Amino acid sequence: MKPAQFDYHAPTSVDEALALLQRYAGDAKILAGGQSLVPLLNFRLSRPAALVDLNRIPALAYIKEEGGQVRLGAMTRQRTIEFSPVVKERLPLLGEATRWVGHLPIRTRGTIGGSIAHADPSAEYPAVLTALAGEVVARGPKGERVIAAKDLFQTYLTTSLGADEILVEVRIPAMPAGAGYALEEFARRHGDFAIVGIAAMIVRQGPRCTVARLATAGAGPVPLRLRAAEEILERDGLGEAAIEAAARRAAELVSPDGDIHASADYRRHLTGVLTKRAITRALGVARG
Amino acid sequence: MTEKTWIGKPVKRVEDARLLTGRGAYIDDHPPVANLFHAAIVRSPHAHARILGYDVAGARALAGVAGVITGEDVARHTRPFAVGVTAPVHYYCAATDKARFVGEPVAVVVATSRYVAEDAADLVRVHYEPLPAVVDPERALEPGAPVLHEAVGSNLANHRRLVYGDPDRAFAEADVVIRERFRFPKYGSTPIETYGIVARWDALDGVCTVWSNFMGPFIMHPLTARVLGLPENRLRFIVPPDIGGSFGIKSLIYPYIALVALASKLTGVAVKWIEDRREHLLASSTGTDRIAYRELAAKKDGTILGMRFRWLDNVGGYIRSPEPGCSFRPTGNFVGPYRFQHLEVDASTVMTNKCLTGPNRGYACGHLYFETEGMVDRLAATLGLDPAEVRRRNLIPASAMPYRSPTGGLYDSGDYPTAFEKALDLAKYAGLRREQAKARAAGRYFGIGLALAVDPSVSNMGYVATALDPQFRAKPEYLPKSGAVDSATVKVDPLGRVIAILGTTPQGQGHQTVVSQIVADELGLIPEDVTVVDEMDTFTRVWSISSGTYSSRFGSVGTSAVALAARKLKAKLVEYAAHLMDIPAAELEFRDGAVRRKTGKGPSYTVKDLAGRAHWNTDSLPEGMEPGLQATAVFGFTVARAVDAEDRVNSSNTYGFIAEVMAVEVDPETAAITIVKYVTVHDAGTIINPMIAEGQIYGGALHGLGGALYEELQYDEDGQCLTGTFMDYLVPTASEAPTIDIAHVESPSPLTPLGSKGLGESSSMTVPAVIANAVSDALAPLGIRITELPMTPSRLHALIKKARAT
Amino acid sequence: MAELVTVRLTVNGVAREGRCEPRKLLVDFLREDLQLTGTHVGCEHGICGACTILLNGQAARSCIMLAVQADGAELVTVEGLMQNGKLHPLQEAFREHHALQCGFCTPGMLLTALDLLRTNPAPTEAEIREGLSAVLCRCTGYQGIVNAVRAAARTPGGPAGA
Ligand SMILES: Cc1cc2nc3c(=O)[nH]c(=O)nc-3n(C[C@H](O)[C@H](O)[C@H](O)COP(=O)(O)OP(=O)(O)OC[C@H]3O[C@@H](n4cnc5c(N)ncnc54)[C@H](O)[C@@H]3O)c2cc1C
Ligand code: FES
Ligand code: FES
Repeated sequence: MKPAQFDYHAPTSVDEALALLQRYAGDAKILAGGQSLVPLLNFRLSRPAALVDLNRIPALAYIKEEGGQVRLGAMTRQRTIEFSPVVKERLPLLGEATRWVGHLPIRTRGTIGGSIAHADPSAEYPAVLTALAGEVVARGPKGERVIAAKDLFQTYLTTSLGADEILVEVRIPAMPAGAGYALEEFARRHGDFAIVGIAAMIVRQGPRCTVARLATAGAGPVPLRLRAAEEILERDGLGEAAIEAAARRAAELVSPDGDIHASADYRRHLTGVLTKRAITRALGVARG
Repeated sequence: MTEKTWIGKPVKRVEDARLLTGRGAYIDDHPPVANLFHAAIVRSPHAHARILGYDVAGARALAGVAGVITGEDVARHTRPFAVGVTAPVHYYCAATDKARFVGEPVAVVVATSRYVAEDAADLVRVHYEPLPAVVDPERALEPGAPVLHEAVGSNLANHRRLVYGDPDRAFAEADVVIRERFRFPKYGSTPIETYGIVARWDALDGVCTVWSNFMGPFIMHPLTARVLGLPENRLRFIVPPDIGGSFGIKSLIYPYIALVALASKLTGVAVKWIEDRREHLLASSTGTDRIAYRELAAKKDGTILGMRFRWLDNVGGYIRSPEPGCSFRPTGNFVGPYRFQHLEVDASTVMTNKCLTGPNRGYACGHLYFETEGMVDRLAATLGLDPAEVRRRNLIPASAMPYRSPTGGLYDSGDYPTAFEKALDLAKYAGLRREQAKARAAGRYFGIGLALAVDPSVSNMGYVATALDPQFRAKPEYLPKSGAVDSATVKVDPLGRVIAILGTTPQGQGHQTVVSQIVADELGLIPEDVTVVDEMDTFTRVWSISSGTYSSRFGSVGTSAVALAARKLKAKLVEYAAHLMDIPAAELEFRDGAVRRKTGKGPSYTVKDLAGRAHWNTDSLPEGMEPGLQATAVFGFTVARAVDAEDRVNSSNTYGFIAEVMAVEVDPETAAITIVKYVTVHDAGTIINPMIAEGQIYGGALHGLGGALYEELQYDEDGQCLTGTFMDYLVPTASEAPTIDIAHVESPSPLTPLGSKGLGESSSMTVPAVIANAVSDALAPLGIRITELPMTPSRLHALIKKARAT
Repeated sequence: MAELVTVRLTVNGVAREGRCEPRKLLVDFLREDLQLTGTHVGCEHGICGACTILLNGQAARSCIMLAVQADGAELVTVEGLMQNGKLHPLQEAFREHHALQCGFCTPGMLLTALDLLRTNPAPTEAEIREGLSAVLCRCTGYQGIVNAVRAAARTPGGPAGA
């Protein structure tokens, strides 16, 4: 299990990186944390002509608050996010989700940009991005564009990013103060990708729910925003019956596939179970 | 009698210093010869395909490539391995005519680095004619199923019907008969270190030297020599001091040894091959998957009268030695700890398009007890009795020891009822039942499982012949087989320090530590005075066909050889001292590290005194005494006999006992299983190092848990392996590992000098049974009984859903 | 063969240099070019953790990183844990608690546990298990390792500082 040959480039700026991508016209791969890509190289399932390594572009690693959003440079390590005070304060759901991404030594290298660009349907970050209606900034030969989460994920391991584009920034609206949140996940072993995961955010006013946000991981080819389930909570409040109804609705909304780890039926069932648990736990930490 | 100062103590391991500091010496660490080349193996992408031809020109042309070997070379230069059955299965070290499972080697590329070798392997073109595949053992026996080996004519590699006592009468006289079908999964204990081999075939002296992490049994040495057309004294196997785990799996490295040796021969360079994880998961070795049909006959009071086993063991694409041990390894303990006398075993060994099999920790016993203990619980449920009570009523009593089982096993010692009660007490069984009642009242799914096992150790090689028909074994040209032998040498240097030399191949069991404890006690030293060398080398060590570190042998047979060698040496020291003191040897004894008079005061000679004199002044030796202070002992069990005409065989040499209690809770929503309590009580005779023993139990238990809940080599209908990575083949982590309450009972074996038995496989053979019983008990209100492993949440959910729907 | 690259880095406090293909995995570079065979290879796809090292003070897998990416980095491998001829307190705890059998996972376990204790000096049992779940061990059933890490966390002036 050794990678096939490739040219290797470690540009120090995004422009340089873009030029390299153009030069290889689709035959180059971007290397971020390498935690998904290098295994594929080792299995020789991926055989790019060249790697464009973003690890020497310091300008791509940052966390800042701007325009009501938390903006994270694509090369921000998952480990940095895990221990970031800004994330803890303004995006606690992302912080919680981070603890579910592999293991600490994986997060040392893995990046938020890589996780989102990789678009594994069972990954946590895409679910959070979808739940919180975030967006990403892509830079290509023709300049920058902003892609909303719902337009980004197309199917398994596929996004709407072009081969000559680099995801440079992830933008997630800061969570309202006092919002409840939870990431409920069921995996067969600790640190595995989710069989199903549910990212939830709840803003409550007394018994009323002003904002509900729910999205899945592992319950289909792309993370799915469970809008119809959210609406039940926003309409009917946060009583037990409403939560039950939202969970039932969630299970109806997904169309998961079966694989060796879980049948489609079980995944659908788990979607309901975990939606209920996520809402319940989110309520427990919500203030307001 | 030896004083036990060190035996029985949790002495810290001498191995740890090097292993903790990165100075272990594993096969991949230190090139034993210069100018090594590296091999990459081209493997079949098809589960079943005829090989039409090879095109290796592109690979040969790549810079750095020393050569390419294909199945044609294998057919021309090697012979097939001898197999343990009479069916004409031609198992070569690589595919020659057809590929019969995904990952089967079809060619080998040798190059200057592994990177280049893999580049070249990509360029090898093999032309295949894909054939229909079959993976299910029952399907494989149906008419019209694709046949893997035309010469065999069907996929049945072997079939035996063994009858002990009068099972038909037992079933006719029974008050209740219980039937069940079980499925045991294909899993392997996948050591973290994969296979590794360095081979150098020296054309000038004709010696082929192979360094590898092979663990034995060394029967594979003569087999491999024959395959390679080498006299046995021209094939040298060397095993480095450290092996990164094995659990039975590394005994099956031998076909690769032949393949890499051949690559060295044909390319003329020394060749190294380190298996990668994908290769390991596709094509190393696993236990068999089995379909079992069980029947149990009992009286109303719970007395078991007899059983019937019908097994289909799936050995994959080829049956290879030591299969069909998957069926027969536990012949002597088929009945487990129970008294019943009537048994029928119908064992079929089936070949399908899956990876090949061999011993995996708990070899065949995980299967056996999963079925038997499941049946005993079903009996209890049928009769409305407590599962503990049913077991009590059937256990072999302590007074019956040593006990000859109806299948020929000689249970050397034990007190099963006491050990079982100890486990129940430790688990507070009655309390657990009360907790269960409360949980059930609250709508929760809480269950308690029990499992008992006779834990066989030190296989008697003779069991393998149970696979053959008695008529075949009766032929004059048939050579009966038996034995379980190990050797050790103990020598004293001129300063009185000891070196002990073993021919074992430890994979983490701490042999150096254990041996230093034994020798220290025998010679009145401290463990630090004893250096233990355990690097196996077939040219320099005293070894036998059965040598190696497998079937939990070391704790029993290896330690015995060490103790005997030390005793031999001690006798010599006494004799020498007697000569120096001019006192009859009969009046002297070895005590507290010195030879002294048995009674009264007088001069004494320490080991150091004697060693200096003996080495420096051979003139001081009595007449006729061999110079030097060393002794070699070979220990063999006298109870290891060949299988008899009625298929009875003492398949192991010592038999321990395991009693377990587990409580679980099942979350009916996610179908997740939580282990609430897990108690295991072991009787492995004298425990030499309790710390190491406990480590074996923890490790064994987690292997059992892996097979019960997480691990399965899965294939689709076309024979494609779906679990070729560690993302898909799930090895339990620290978060999944249970905490265990461990206790021991010590019934010393009368057959070994120290009273010890093996313990290496331990709870790997009971956990599948105990957790399946616990989960069945938890879900009993839903009418669910576990018949199939692993119990993945997805499968369990399907059972729960179905049960609730009806 | 592709053009070779020069890799300069510090390993266990010593400046090292080597030349290799860009595709060479860091773990192979450590083992083959620098002869530091204490770091092991168990899967080459990031799951088993046998290859774990400290990269600029943080645990990382060396099998899914290229050697060239470590140019300029500071690495600690298992060979660098001993100080002044004495075992590191965590190594001592491993020995004391029988946290290893075959020893193959041990280097990765040690460095993962060290990182765990530095980020969380007083972990609960569940946190220890969660942290250690990054590395697979086939021999020990993990109990000895959990005990060792728990004990090391309690050692005054414990491993976090070292
Ligand atoms: C043992 C293990 C367990 C894991 N468990 C989980 C888990 O539970 N949950 C989870 O979500 N992930 C998990 N992962 C994956 C891990 O989170 C990866 O970090 C992540 O999937 C990819 O991020 P990366 O930075 O490593 O990207 P890389 O592996 O470098 O790249 C991944 C892909 O994204 C592309 N890419 C990367 N960055 C960019 C960019 N800026 N612009 C455009 N394309 C880009 C690459 O070309 C490549 O195709 C696990 C990995 C391992 C090894
Ligand atoms: S070898 Fe790196 S994680 Fe397994
Ligand atoms: S000690 Fe052998 S794998 Fe952990």
